[in-house]
Amino acid sequence: MMASSYNAKEEDGHHSGSSSHGGPGAMKSKKPDNTAFKQQRLPAWQPILTAGTVLPAFFVIGLIFIPIGIGLFVTSNNIKEFEIDYTGVEVDTPCYNCAKNFSWNSTTPCVCAVNFTLDQPFESNVYMYYGLSNFYQNHRRYVKSRDDSQLNGVESNLRQPSKECEPYRTSEGLPIAPCGAIANSLFNDTLTLYYIPPNGTKLSVPLTKKGIAWWTDKHVKFRNPGGSANLSTAFQGTAKPVNWRKPVYELDEDSENNGFINEDFIVWMRTAALPTFRKLYRIIQKKPNSTPTLSSGKYVLEIAYNYPVLSFDGRKRMILSTISWMGGKNPFLGIAYITVGSICFFLGVVLLIIHHKYDTRSNSAEIPN
Amino acid sequence: MNNRKEPYQRRKQREGGHLHLFTSNSFLSEEPEGNIFPSPSLLCCCHTGVKVKDGIWSFLLSQLEKKEKKQEEERLLRANDRGFNLSFQYANNAIRTSKYNIFTFLPLNLFEQFRRLANAYFLFLLILQMIPQVSSLSWFTTAVPLVLVLSITAAKDASDDINRHKCDKQVNNREVEVLIDGELKKEKWKDVQVGDIIKLENNEFVTADLLLLSSSEPLNLVYVETAELDGETNLKVKQALTVTGEMGDSTEALATFNGEVRCEPPNNCLDKFKGTLTVNGQAYSLDNDKVLLRGCVNASLSSFLTFWSYVIVLNTVVPISLYVSVEIIRLGNSFFIDWDRKMYYPKNDTCSSKNHHTLNEELGQIKYIFSDKTGTLTQNIMTFNKCSINGKAYGELCDFSGQRIEITEKTPRVDFSWNQLADPKFIFHDHSLVETVREGNPEVQSFFRLLALCHTVMPEEKKDGELFYQAQSPDEGALVTAARNFGFVFRSRTPETITIMEMGRKVVYELVAVLDFNNVRKRMSVIVRSPEGKTTLYCKGADTIIYERLHPSCRDLMKVTTDHLNMYAGDGLRTLVLASKDLDESYMQEWRKRHNEASTALDGREERLEELYEEIEKDMTLLGATAVEDKLQDGVPQTIEQLAKADIKIWVLTGDKQETAENIGYSCNMLREEMNDVFIVAANTAEGVREELRSARRKMCPDAAEQPSVSTSRSGLFWLKKTQTVQDEKVDGEYAMLINGHSLAFALEEDLELELLRTACMCQTVICCRVTPLQKAQVVQLVKKYKQAVTLAIGDGANDVSMIKAAHIGVGISGQEGMQAVLSSDFSFAQFRYLQRLLLVHGRWSYLRMCKFLRYFFYKNFTFTFVHFWYAFFCGFSAQTVYDEWFITLYNTVYTSLPVLALSLFDQDVNDRWSSQYPQLYAPGQQNLYFSKKAFMNLTAFSCYSSLVLYFVPWAAIHDTVRDDGKDIADYQSFALFAQTCLLIVVSIQMCLDTYHWTAVNNLFIWGSLATYFAVTFTMYSNGIFVIIPSAFPFVGTERNTLNLPNVWLTIILTSLLCILPVVAYRFIVMQIRPTINDKVRHRARKEPPPAPAPRRPARRVSTRRSGYAFAHSKGYGDLVTSQRFLMKRPVKSRVMLFSHITPAET
Repeated sequence: MMASSYNAKEEDGHHSGSSSHGGPGAMKSKKPDNTAFKQQRLPAWQPILTAGTVLPAFFVIGLIFIPIGIGLFVTSNNIKEFEIDYTGVEVDTPCYNCAKNFSWNSTTPCVCAVNFTLDQPFESNVYMYYGLSNFYQNHRRYVKSRDDSQLNGVESNLRQPSKECEPYRTSEGLPIAPCGAIANSLFNDTLTLYYIPPNGTKLSVPLTKKGIAWWTDKHVKFRNPGGSANLSTAFQGTAKPVNWRKPVYELDEDSENNGFINEDFIVWMRTAALPTFRKLYRIIQKKPNSTPTLSSGKYVLEIAYNYPVLSFDGRKRMILSTISWMGGKNPFLGIAYITVGSICFFLGVVLLIIHHKYDTRSNSAEIPN
Repeated sequence: MNNRKEPYQRRKQREGGHLHLFTSNSFLSEEPEGNIFPSPSLLCCCHTGVKVKDGIWSFLLSQLEKKEKKQEEERLLRANDRGFNLSFQYANNAIRTSKYNIFTFLPLNLFEQFRRLANAYFLFLLILQMIPQVSSLSWFTTAVPLVLVLSITAAKDASDDINRHKCDKQVNNREVEVLIDGELKKEKWKDVQVGDIIKLENNEFVTADLLLLSSSEPLNLVYVETAELDGETNLKVKQALTVTGEMGDSTEALATFNGEVRCEPPNNCLDKFKGTLTVNGQAYSLDNDKVLLRGCVNASLSSFLTFWSYVIVLNTVVPISLYVSVEIIRLGNSFFIDWDRKMYYPKNDTCSSKNHHTLNEELGQIKYIFSDKTGTLTQNIMTFNKCSINGKAYGELCDFSGQRIEITEKTPRVDFSWNQLADPKFIFHDHSLVETVREGNPEVQSFFRLLALCHTVMPEEKKDGELFYQAQSPDEGALVTAARNFGFVFRSRTPETITIMEMGRKVVYELVAVLDFNNVRKRMSVIVRSPEGKTTLYCKGADTIIYERLHPSCRDLMKVTTDHLNMYAGDGLRTLVLASKDLDESYMQEWRKRHNEASTALDGREERLEELYEEIEKDMTLLGATAVEDKLQDGVPQTIEQLAKADIKIWVLTGDKQETAENIGYSCNMLREEMNDVFIVAANTAEGVREELRSARRKMCPDAAEQPSVSTSRSGLFWLKKTQTVQDEKVDGEYAMLINGHSLAFALEEDLELELLRTACMCQTVICCRVTPLQKAQVVQLVKKYKQAVTLAIGDGANDVSMIKAAHIGVGISGQEGMQAVLSSDFSFAQFRYLQRLLLVHGRWSYLRMCKFLRYFFYKNFTFTFVHFWYAFFCGFSAQTVYDEWFITLYNTVYTSLPVLALSLFDQDVNDRWSSQYPQLYAPGQQNLYFSKKAFMNLTAFSCYSSLVLYFVPWAAIHDTVRDDGKDIADYQSFALFAQTCLLIVVSIQMCLDTYHWTAVNNLFIWGSLATYFAVTFTMYSNGIFVIIPSAFPFVGTERNTLNLPNVWLTIILTSLLCILPVVAYRFIVMQIRPTINDKVRHRARKEPPPAPAPRRPARRVSTRRSGYAFAHSKGYGDLVTSQRFLMKRPVKSRVMLFSHITPAET
């Protein structure tokens, strides 16, 4: 069976035969160096897919993934989430009028109130989100339309915003601060939440507006120009974005949350990856005592309806959610782990059967020559 | 562009000799592509990459020229009349091979470069990227590499062209003596005109087609070396017409010579020439013997756009890094070939080397090898090896038990120092023969006497005792040299005498008659009269022929000798049987008279002579037999056997005679006893050839359709290239075919070429003999055209240059004389046997690596791109990238480039020993299994799957969810980082799965690249770098906020497993159910140590076939050496001066 192979004479250096070339003073031979690299004999590990490695791997992966998946699924299921659409598309919804009669020029915001009921109490910190749908914050032209240097407080960019900001770069000859389409389209609905206890009174739910942005954004990426001494002077000579009601230095009274470092603004500026997204709006801190943060019962959501979405068939939502170690509610990961684990296990069995059926054959198979 | 080549025939003549020639451009051969091959002395400076030249431009030009010349029915030129010849506007003799000059370089070179599709594609991309509305990436990501590639190529082209300029200058400015207005003037070759009379000295190169007018040699003979034409190093004799020869060296006579030549226009037929010379109203016909034909090295290059370049263009997702990486891999793998000590030949200190920028992955796909014979398969050395004298065999060494001892270099040689005239290069090992001859054994003595007398060798004795033989065939030279060393030294000859030294005693034999060799007679005899007055006929010839003409008394001896002959045949030696006959003086007188009559007869001369020869060559006494070895290079039969196992078909294309080629076929194991049939195609008409090819085909495959099934398909860029493929046909049994040059010329005609191809491809072995360099190239092109297979041509001489250039891969055997083949080849090494390692080890690895590289590269880039495709549905088709711009820039150049480079430089599925152990491992490459359309579809589908996983799993994991502190995670930047980390980890694991051979370098690059990714990411997203240029690094903080989340890592693990598990499962199942040969060998390689190199065994075949006879298989020089004109013309000068220093050993 073995080939009567012809192998060139061992002309390698290990064999004494070639000594005639190495004498001192002899002309340097062209014989290639005998290094493992040049002779392609580098030591190497040659793994190979064998039944001994593949089959256990499948079973082990299956056995590990299924419990993890169950854990993830349970965790996700324990998260409480409440979502309400307040866009006002339907006639009988509370915000229908506000949505219908939206006008860019109105000075007083249209306010509407949405009633809802929480069936279960929400423990621990509760996070309040606004959600937008069909809003392409990830459109290439939109994503580019900002000037990070300006937002970082660079004076020259404040006066001379980047060209990327066009057509929201200048307004009436003045540079826009903050420039660009993203800033221009800042979400400006104001949401307030009231708890209606069984006695019928209207209790305002305290909402925290700090700590909703990334630390790095708040402290590194976004900085006000000219220090934080007096924002209105710092922003002198700039125009507000055309859709804004107020200039950027009047976003909040708190100087730590005003101008470019306003957290609502920062959260908005972190553009979403997908056309349907939610952004953190407020945090409802858990109460020091053991009462739930939001007890079950009736609530009213009051909306200062400033943000038009109907023109692009968008939707607005308000979401209340608790949080776990793995973030917000998302059953996908748990289900995926359970599925993949099961498939692995099943594949392991199938491969085992195949191996049993064919291995004897392939092992004894002679290599034809 | 001048459509001519440098001729490179070299005249050899004795010192101080000269001859007059009539230049005639009419014999210019045409070549389709207009490439020029300078003479040997110049080639060394002209080894530019003509092979990879594209040529739509030059092709048109040469087409045009071709047309013009087609109209030319014949040429008319007149000696010494420049005005007359100029009126025909024949091409001048200047040569231009260069492509550019200073002014045209930049535009032309850029034009040429952008004609390469890859370059044009990147230029297009660059333009797109410069349009702000379209560009999603910075323009310099394409511009920098493109400019780099362009300038490197331009620099290389410039240096090549400078060399060509130098080379042209050297050729054009070489001087030659031209007879102008009755005076000899030095002229430059480029100024020589058609019709000029020139004078060439000894050892000058012939740089145009010339008609021989006269020579300083007696008989107007000229000896030319035609090694560049047909690979034969022995000298060819050319003889001038008597009418012109009479002019001798007289300048006046030549100056007034006004002969007119009418001849055929330029063509590429080497062995035929037709024309007439008209002198003083008298017409003389001109044939090949009067013409110093120029070489016909054909440089037909097909500009070949390879599959890869199509792939490059067809995919809009191919970055320039692919282009650069492919070049690096090719370069790297060629360096490994250069560095291989197992392809280093210590004897002449040559290692293998690559000469051109080559596609070494094609080395792993070779389906056809076209090999030269002389100098490639054989060493071109004939050695007198064994002989059988009077029933006793000599030349074999036996030990005490009677076992044959293998003769090695260490075996003690016979000492010939007692014989002062012995050739020191002659090697013989059997001492008994010398002892016997020195003892004065009469049979042995007459055996060697025959060898010293019966031949047509010309001797040359420069100094006293320094003899050189010029033989028409190397076999003859070997025999005469053997006789010389055994004490029967052939010293000189005149037309009527032969002088030999018999054991130191000078004996002059009178040469009565030479009964010359021809192909029908297959024997040669001389009739000589010794000084004692004894007339003897000495005859040597093919055994079958001689045996019929022996005296019955020799029967016993015949039996013994037959055994010996069979033994020699089994060893692949060429044999001759020697016989002699004492002639009766009176009979001789009468025979001579009849012979004279017959040889002067006007009609039926041939037949009458034939009869006379038959009459006298009978009842001879058997003397013995000789065995000459046409020494094969080391390991040739084994290499051929291994290559055959790898399903590579080997065709031998040789300028040699049919019998020689056949012999070598047998000794190389290409022709075998057990073959069903060996077809010989030797017809002289187109119809005859067709019939022979057809009958051969019908015999091999009676069921085959009469008409070949040619499948036409379109391929290449936009399916513009039309390819025709002739399918392989199954044949039971083993067949071989021999076809000679004449038949081949017919067979290569358009209407017969398919017939030839079909028949030839059914055969295991094809040997084409007597082929011209052009035919060699035509055969290669025929196979290339209809078989769509990768071809390799291997050769050593200038006559192989054409086929080396025509084939996909050209290999030159280096270390022999002449560098033309080496310089025009892609690879060169010293020994044919290294071909096995080149193909089965390096070629296979190169192919495997290149395929792995391409598969992986396309996988990672398709995956990358498809993710963007899916994202397009979620970003309003706005061409928003999924990944960070920095990641996109660095993905191909930094993060994934080095691991795949390491893979494609170091990967081995099995090591070299196993590769040569199982030549079948080569087969997948021939079918291009690793990068076929199917493989490509598979990888595209898999990339598609991976990209779906890589987009939708992160999407689902991040969709509508938040971080563990309630803050954003579904933002664009986090998603980009998330998705790109998944992608990089998945492609890295995929790389791990594809790596079969984990060296330290692979580990370093894979883990290093991953580490680099994280390091670069953390750096670029850090506060410090953001503060420097905020707008360039907007991702600040993303990594800290994203990569610390457990569900991000859980998702990364999930995507990786989802991408990897199907691959593992699929590969495992395939390996279990249908293991490939590679899988089997890899499994075996794990369990067993690599096979030790098999010991070299002397190849001993059992063969009953009588091996060929040692003759030049064409009519000998018998006429010439006995020519009566020889005496009439000039007094016999010292004849030994006639020949130049060519020894049999050199031939």
